[in-house]
Amino acid sequence: MYELRYDPEICAQCETFDCLTRCQYMDLDIPAAREERQRLLDGEDSRVLRECATCYACEEYCPYGNHPFYLIVERQEERQEWPVPTPLTHQQLRIMGPRGDVQPRKVEPPVINLCAFTMLAGCIRGKLFEGSSTIAGRDIFCNVMWLHFGKNSVIRERLPKVIENITSSFLEPSGVDELICFHDECYATYTQLAPAFGIEVPFKPVHLFDYLAQRLGELKGEIRPIGERIAYQRPCSNRLIPETQHWVDEIFELIGAERVEREYDRENALCCATTIRIAQRDNLADDVQKRNLDDMEAVGAKYCVFNCPACMMGLSGPVAERGMTPILMSDLCQIALGD
Amino acid sequence: MQDVYEALVKIVGAEYVSRDPEERFIYSRDPGTMEPCEPDLVVMPNSTEEVRQIVLLANQKRVPIVPMGGGLVLSGLTRPLKGGMVLDMKRMNRILEVDETGRSVIVEAGASQGMLQAHLKKHHPGLKHSIPDAPPIATIAGNVLIHGSGHLSAAGGFHSEMLNGMEVVLPTGEIAKVGSCATSPYWFSRAPLPDLAGLFIGWHGTTGIATKLGIKLYPERPLGDVGMFATEDPELVPGVLHQLAGVAVAEDITAFMANAPAWLRGFQIVNVKYGAETKEELRLKRDLLRESVRRYIDDKVGGFMPLPPEMKQRFLEEPQTTLSLFADTREGGGFEYVGAIMPIELFAEAYRQGLEIAERHGVECATGARIIGLGHCMMFFYGYAFNRAEPADVKLAQEALEDTNATVLEMGGIPWKAEAPAQKQIIEKMDPNTFALMNRIREVLDPKGIMNPGNWETD
Repeated sequence: MYELRYDPEICAQCETFDCLTRCQYMDLDIPAAREERQRLLDGEDSRVLRECATCYACEEYCPYGNHPFYLIVERQEERQEWPVPTPLTHQQLRIMGPRGDVQPRKVEPPVINLCAFTMLAGCIRGKLFEGSSTIAGRDIFCNVMWLHFGKNSVIRERLPKVIENITSSFLEPSGVDELICFHDECYATYTQLAPAFGIEVPFKPVHLFDYLAQRLGELKGEIRPIGERIAYQRPCSNRLIPETQHWVDEIFELIGAERVEREYDRENALCCATTIRIAQRDNLADDVQKRNLDDMEAVGAKYCVFNCPACMMGLSGPVAERGMTPILMSDLCQIALGD
Repeated sequence: MQDVYEALVKIVGAEYVSRDPEERFIYSRDPGTMEPCEPDLVVMPNSTEEVRQIVLLANQKRVPIVPMGGGLVLSGLTRPLKGGMVLDMKRMNRILEVDETGRSVIVEAGASQGMLQAHLKKHHPGLKHSIPDAPPIATIAGNVLIHGSGHLSAAGGFHSEMLNGMEVVLPTGEIAKVGSCATSPYWFSRAPLPDLAGLFIGWHGTTGIATKLGIKLYPERPLGDVGMFATEDPELVPGVLHQLAGVAVAEDITAFMANAPAWLRGFQIVNVKYGAETKEELRLKRDLLRESVRRYIDDKVGGFMPLPPEMKQRFLEEPQTTLSLFADTREGGGFEYVGAIMPIELFAEAYRQGLEIAERHGVECATGARIIGLGHCMMFFYGYAFNRAEPADVKLAQEALEDTNATVLEMGGIPWKAEAPAQKQIIEKMDPNTFALMNRIREVLDPKGIMNPGNWETD
């Protein structure tokens, strides 16, 4: 049930090895990549299962959209090569588990999906979100995070119910078919992850940035340009949906902010290192964060803009220590609108 | 008691002595489960000389004296079991002298934890003392004298081990000094003289009244961090504690196990708190701690939890304010715990026994531990919250506490700051010669038996 849509033949015949040779956390040349690829294909032990930082980037690097990262996670689970100590996984399974108490209610479009993060409700305010409804809670948690824990099985188990909760408790009774996903995580889940596992999504996911770009376009006359240089922290989930990146550029242009060209942005973005720390690899996490922060500082960024709450949790402190302001994309747009 | 009352008025002034029923009610109890015992009088001295005069009066009139600090011991040690007067030390709350270079402070016995903490923050920001997880009004002397522990106990051991010296009014009225201050103007240590501090620590006020203390201070580091190491197998915890403590960089190591919130159930969480002068030092300490438990991490059976910054800040608080929420889970303001001093190797058994006791008595029992020194021992606690307004609830907690004391002694641990019934349980297990020695010492120090009678007694 919910088999991963992965074609081993595509991998076997691929001569680019981009998924492994472009990895920012493992050092593999082509012969080594060839060997490890074969091991992964054969379901054998591979250093990739232990060294993978679970940054999702290989999903973006694969020229065939063949889901090499999901295969790695599949193999980690099959071989019980857990990236994270099991007590921490078990804790997270409980913390992020469904409560089973979703309260159906009518919603009005635009419907903003805050995923599990009820504490972000305060972000939905002002002209940007005028007239919107929000939904949030553990019962609609997108569950993409289990990719970091070697737990595709949890995605298979929980995601269909989440989709059903959203549909039957909110959207369907309200006659709404669009869901604005506040985070890359949710949008990536419903547009890329769910289809990769053959899980049907009966509503139309809309990325927050798509929505923001449209709203800012409508409110153009009220925008006071930010006029600052900005470092964008691209989250891991955006690796699953790189086609959404252009909206970041459009939003920055609309609010008069400059997404500074820097080494660790776009396809070369570095992980925020939160999950690397959970994997108990503090030294790697320190190194990744330092390089990332040095890079932001070197280009004179005034703000570091986030879309992912986990990135913000892991990086906002170090960012602030460097004299930059950590801020969510939506909050930055609110500033531009004077809200 | 009229003559005693009038004599006390002459010593301390009418404002600081009371026999009013409302005062006697307040001083008859503490927040624990022990039955109230009303004093005849309450007196608040303001100087060592006043304490001395009160003690001489008590000797003359054979009136029991119960010295009291914050009155927050929870096990009822300041209840006057045989009547008499409660000697409330809170007016003697001066912070007398801080030695920055030698890292020590001399305080009067009524000085509170909060006062010293505030004083050091304001006047000596590079120094701190080991503060227990008690309300700020708890006194330093009270905690030292019961062998308390706190936020620097991984670095410095029990608070009694941080004691450099004391001024004490003996039960017969003499003022004695113990430690270096007996011979030198400096309060630098208890060595090299015969260590007489032991005549007053752990005795629950039955051998004298401390009026001044010299205690050790420690560096207040500008940076701090906390790691929370989670496991699901209590058998692993002694090893984890041994390893983490052995690195010798932690200021405080605690463990906690709780049923709420639900995601904590079944986990053992070990908190390691440490400080540093620089970020590099902080990272180095973090790395040393992590490497010390590498084998558990590599086996995937334990790991440091991801902590949101605000959660980390809460765990860096000294004292931990969130504990007060935990202590009132039943509402109604009742909380008592058995703090058992025992070897860390008993952790798993102590944990299992806590679960069994809770089930036997149908109560919620939160367990945890504070590590003393480099894993030399631990204070393993079994906490019971109860609603004071519900007698049945209080009784359940009492029974669970008694059962816990018996269980702890059976395991080889010793209940800490034991309430009077638990003292009797301890005495039953104690080497008879040790108890005989205790009695001989008391007879010598307190020939008229006026000091907190009813404690460390068999009947």
